[in-house]
Amino acid sequence: MVTRTVVGAHYGLRGWLAQRISAVVMAVYTIVLVVALAAIRPADYATWKTLFGHGLMRVATLLFIASVLLHAWVGMRDILMDYIKPTGLRLALHVTVILLLAGYAGWAVQILWRT
Amino acid sequence: MPDASLKKKRPLWYDLNLLHLPLPGLVSILHRISGALLFFGLVWFLFLLDMSLASEQGYARFARYVSQPLVKLALLVLLWAYLHHFCAGIRYLFLDIDKGVDLAAARATSGLVLAVSLALTAILGWVLLW
Repeated sequence: MVTRTVVGAHYGLRGWLAQRISAVVMAVYTIVLVVALAAIRPADYATWKTLFGHGLMRVATLLFIASVLLHAWVGMRDILMDYIKPTGLRLALHVTVILLLAGYAGWAVQILWRT
Repeated sequence: MPDASLKKKRPLWYDLNLLHLPLPGLVSILHRISGALLFFGLVWFLFLLDMSLASEQGYARFARYVSQPLVKLALLVLLWAYLHHFCAGIRYLFLDIDKGVDLAAARATSGLVLAVSLALTAILGWVLLW
């Protein structure tokens, strides 16, 4: 029989670190976006499209969305681990969240790289 | 080996009224609630971004859509969720490097997070939505 109490020992370090790195990426992007919006003040389709069509902005937005999805995964995983105790249901919800977020990633690429 | 019975000595908080929580506790649970709200809001954000960037007509539909009062209200709630999550998150990054961990500072920065995120919601909400 295994009597070891399963606590600690770095199991959560990767998620913890991913949460912080993605947070910093999102914070920087948010400030850049607010400054860009304040400077450009897009009020029509042409300006709006130009803003997100710019090569750098496209890549920055993709990095932001990738950070959002990673951050959302770690956060939702933690919430589900705290409140959903039955293993089967928890697994099903974890898988649902992963599939949703993976789908959003594909959708975001389509939105940003559509001509 | 860690003693499992030690768990029983931890302080427990049975008062479920969020407003009775100490300030850092309130910021903490709001961080979780705002995060969950943002997760559910993701699909709507992508829908809005998709519509606004799709075409000239899509942009016009987007502009009409976001001018509806109920949509504005929902966007305002999500804006607050984003800003609270942002401010509380920055506070946690400082706590990670042991800045502001004593009780007085923890209380003061919690109040600051609540106030700044509400003020920013009012300012950005006014500028972006009205």
